[in-house]
Amino acid sequence: MPRVPGCAHLWCWIQPHSVTARPAWAARSSPHVLLRAAKLLRSGANRKQRVNPAGRDNENADPQKAASLLRKQWSLYSVTPLYKFSGARLKEYARLLGAFIAAEKQKGLAVEVGVDADVKVTFASLPELRGDPQDQPAMLVQLSSRSSVSPKSSDEKLIWSGCFCCVSGEDLLENVPEDFTCLPLFLANGAESYTAMVGSWFQKTFDCHFCRLSISPLNLSWMAAMWAGCSVEKNACATELVFSVPCLPQPLDISYAIHPEDAKALWDTVQKTPGEITQEEVDLFMDCLYSHFHRHFKIHLSATKLVKVSTAIASAHCNGTIKLLQSRYLTGVLMLLTELAISQIQ
Amino acid sequence: LVGSDESAQQKLAEAILKEKKSFKISIHLATSLPLPLERDHLRPRIDLIVFMIDIKSKYSLKNVEASLAHVDASFFLGKVCFLVTGVGRVNYCSVETNAVWKLRDIYCSPVLYCELELEGIRVATAQRLLRMLQICAGHIPGVSALSFGSLMRNS
Repeated sequence: MPRVPGCAHLWCWIQPHSVTARPAWAARSSPHVLLRAAKLLRSGANRKQRVNPAGRDNENADPQKAASLLRKQWSLYSVTPLYKFSGARLKEYARLLGAFIAAEKQKGLAVEVGVDADVKVTFASLPELRGDPQDQPAMLVQLSSRSSVSPKSSDEKLIWSGCFCCVSGEDLLENVPEDFTCLPLFLANGAESYTAMVGSWFQKTFDCHFCRLSISPLNLSWMAAMWAGCSVEKNACATELVFSVPCLPQPLDISYAIHPEDAKALWDTVQKTPGEITQEEVDLFMDCLYSHFHRHFKIHLSATKLVKVSTAIASAHCNGTIKLLQSRYLTGVLMLLTELAISQIQ
Repeated sequence: LVGSDESAQQKLAEAILKEKKSFKISIHLATSLPLPLERDHLRPRIDLIVFMIDIKSKYSLKNVEASLAHVDASFFLGKVCFLVTGVGRVNYCSVETNAVWKLRDIYCSPVLYCELELEGIRVATAQRLLRMLQICAGHIPGVSALSFGSLMRNS
């Protein structure tokens, strides 16, 4: 088993963790527990091998549009296909959503007390945010507030963003009937109340269903392995894995940080075929890190739950939040998230 | 019952003992194998070994894999079964399905899935294990542990 090369930079600290609440409006459907588990367990068999999406870097991406997705904390949702959605009617949708939000605010569901601001809605298409030509182009929805006191002032502040996308989802989304548009991955950034409003408008208008996307420790370890293997520039931040220790009276977190060059060196010794990743390689990568940790601290990280992965490429948390840090690997990360969203819908 | 999660083992053992049965049963709990040599001569015959794998803990899988090496080959003729627990919380999954299926195929033993936190499923699992135990102990005429094991694996 390869040793982690020169890992002098690893450190660990333990802290109590806080509990975050889930949005009530995007309720997770609760079919019979074992049936759903069995379906997911069966689908796990198909994910034995993946083409390394991070290897598909996108140097030709339009930096302007892509930049709007970077360095923001996005909450992830999976969305069922939209019924009778048309990419040509975006201006009309913007108008309807704007009216809906104004009506909701009138009803007394005001977000900020005392601030009398109009909310402007824009729908924009992001055609470059896709993996294959058959993918539905991504759609960006933005809410900006303009103070109604001085309507002529160009002081518009972006208060909420949402992005629907589908990156390389076509081969997984076979047999979709006509009239349905597939944009299974939804990213939301901004106040939860706006997310709820936009979500309910979409659910009413297009008969779709939003569901919070959580990321299992298994998928997080895939992300850790894939992103650690990406080449990064100098002075990149450390690769950090956060584990939550179960069954203790006071919940504790363990943070394990690895120098990015060491992580990449380890991954390079593990990966056999460039551009392809297997479950065995991910397991070996993680086992090396776990055994290195055990040698130093006598703690079995494999008995804990991996809750967060942060690398220079992106950082992901198991409660379904993600932060994208590099435009070069944007499509790759979105492709992986699209796959997770699709498997949740199915 | 062999598994790294002692509280889950305890819960399952209690559920099994609560069930109505017409025979005497003794349950031995262990976190890993081999069992200590000192008490070997006092140990009753073992009819069924249940390896418990917690889907939330990769460590429990490694623990079971290490323990399997200490089991005599004759047990794998229907007297071993794998019990995967914690399947109710799929978003906590740390163990890959294929890893469990590999164990099933290599050791030719059935795999049961359950969620011990839910009382209904815990009781149902206890009943299933009791039925298996009856067959493995030879209490059911006409059905041997081996034939039942191969039936279970193909379902």
